[in-house]
Amino acid sequence: MASKSWLNFLVFLCGSAIGFFLCSQLFSILLGDQGDTQPSMLHNDPHARHLDDSGHSHLKGQVDFNADSNQHKDENTDIAENLYQKVRILCWVMTSPQNLEKKAKHVKATWAQRCNKVLFMSSEENQDFPTVGLKTKEGREQLYWKTIKAFQYVYDHYLEDADWFMKADDDTYVILDNLRWLLSKYNPEQPIYFGRRFKPYVKQGYMSGGAGYVLSKEALRRFVDAFKTEKCTHSSSIEDLALGRCMEIINVEAGDSRDTTGKETFHPFVPEHHLIKGYLPKTFWYWNYNYYPPVEGPGCCSDIAVSFHYVDSTTMYELEYLVYHLRPYGYLYRYQPALPEDILKEINQANKNEDTKVKLSNP
Amino acid sequence: MPVEGPKSSCPVCYSPDFKHAAPLLSRKMLSESSSFLKGVMLGSIFCALITMLGHIRIGHGNRTHHHEHHHLQAPNKDDISKISETDRMELSKSFRVYCIVLVKPKDVSLWAAVKETWTKHCDKAEFFSSENVKVFESVNVDTNDMWLMMRKAYKYAFDKYRDQYNWFFLARPTTFAVIENLKYFLLKKDPSQPFYLGHAVKSGDLDYVSIDGGIVLSIESMKRLNSLLSVPEKCPEQGGMIWKLSEDKQLAICLKYAGVFAENAEDAYGKDVFNTKSVGLFIKEAMTNHPNQVVEGCCSDMAVTFNGLSPNQMHVMMYGVYRLRAFGHVFNDALVFLPPNGSEND
Repeated sequence: MASKSWLNFLVFLCGSAIGFFLCSQLFSILLGDQGDTQPSMLHNDPHARHLDDSGHSHLKGQVDFNADSNQHKDENTDIAENLYQKVRILCWVMTSPQNLEKKAKHVKATWAQRCNKVLFMSSEENQDFPTVGLKTKEGREQLYWKTIKAFQYVYDHYLEDADWFMKADDDTYVILDNLRWLLSKYNPEQPIYFGRRFKPYVKQGYMSGGAGYVLSKEALRRFVDAFKTEKCTHSSSIEDLALGRCMEIINVEAGDSRDTTGKETFHPFVPEHHLIKGYLPKTFWYWNYNYYPPVEGPGCCSDIAVSFHYVDSTTMYELEYLVYHLRPYGYLYRYQPALPEDILKEINQANKNEDTKVKLSNP
Repeated sequence: MPVEGPKSSCPVCYSPDFKHAAPLLSRKMLSESSSFLKGVMLGSIFCALITMLGHIRIGHGNRTHHHEHHHLQAPNKDDISKISETDRMELSKSFRVYCIVLVKPKDVSLWAAVKETWTKHCDKAEFFSSENVKVFESVNVDTNDMWLMMRKAYKYAFDKYRDQYNWFFLARPTTFAVIENLKYFLLKKDPSQPFYLGHAVKSGDLDYVSIDGGIVLSIESMKRLNSLLSVPEKCPEQGGMIWKLSEDKQLAICLKYAGVFAENAEDAYGKDVFNTKSVGLFIKEAMTNHPNQVVEGCCSDMAVTFNGLSPNQMHVMMYGVYRLRAFGHVFNDALVFLPPNGSEND
């Protein structure tokens, strides 16, 4: 008799355990589904009301790295696109075989794509990257020779593909949209070139190599011609100075690249070095080299800066994020640079045409 | 005759007379199966009871793997397009943000940087310091303990400014904030609701907003918090039993008693808008983890905070956010924010 009731009890316990287990599984399945859609009902939550605001389900863990951000949907790039067509810039980036992975790669991943045409110039050709092989050696002494050969190559192959020809280093960050604004006021048939203007050694000044410089089409023609006719010398170990001397000889004007408030646009260093008062010691060469009165602090740099130099790989991407992604929503910028009249007119006209087209197709 | 066999559960089973045993067996089985069924029923009832009880208690239950804190999103395009032109200026002015920065004497260089940069964009910003520091204007809370500093700051701010501001943002001086993006994020959120948002973190059962990313409280949350500050059982000055809890966790516990819960702020793509790291750190990580999509995988376009900046980096961010931009990219925003008076670096 005792064993019988023991048996029953045991069976009863097994049954209750199994029942409990099955039931808990059932509940977790049922409530798992409910939980995601109606947490408010189960949680007695004061937030229940503003869960309604969102109107759509939360995107948990669905970050699409390729999608344009919400803010880009409100972005009107008509002016930028118009300038892209009107002010065609060919960029060539001075690099070397050992720097392709370390430096040039990050240039390619960021600002280089905004040039109308970009070429990476190296002593050796590399078909994968790709780079143009200038058939020179590497090293500081070769810089000027590489520069001459690079411009020669551009002249031979791409003269008609662009209006302006920019040289940059593989540690220069360039904001093409701002360069186009700067150049939009000028005619590419003018013999002129722009960059960060330095004053020593050359009467009209010369442009810093690292900060990048840009030649008009006419300036490029004259430069290439100067070596054929031997007006300019091939030999020099200081690239930017030698080029500046040559420009003066061939009557290419050293332009003023400052914005309409007088702030510099091409920068030989990263923003931090210019923005922080006292960062560059007063004994530093820079203070004596600048053609225009040098400024440190917020007045150093234009809102529509064109370039920065000595930019390491991390800073390349940081600048890319700060310029093209992060912005203060709704902020009315203090400096509102204007476009030249004729370009404004053209853009307005283009927009009007589009509006009428739209109106015609949508009765 | 039944055989005296081993103490089996079925003494009759071993009966040689099997034909007689069969009906006996079924009777036995019947009683056992009924016990079994009774057991199953009781087990399920018991389980159901426990499950129900679990859900009545806030935030618990058998969903241990499901993370509890809510995800708050930025306004979407439809919300914005419904706002008329004339309303935009008015709407922009309706956000009144009071900024609290908790500082200590060792933070002077960061303090100076923060004072000269992003705090100028708060409707009002005040510095609460552990002690008086020469030359730097601050409210002296007279304590070195971060939680006490926080309590005093929140009490001071609420007592003095409850009628003038509807959102309260607290940060450490290592944080850089874009207040315009904060206001944009708050676009459809009613401050008379108990909001407590920022970079939300889970620690065991507790969801809290990390102080490193900045803490946002609506006026309603401030009201509830302040009513509990004087209740030591709910909101003790010395939280944590064995070791001290961090001030952001203590705040969360206190707010929880008031029915205010931490929410993680995200943009439409699920990216955090309040960040506890700097841009540089995000970039470095992205270069390792997804080198082909570095910037895309970095941070939100409408990020509100970054943390871990040096004073120099604050100035660079100021330039990078409020000034440096690409010409020809024009935005049609629902809100309009004017630059502050008497400022040069924005």
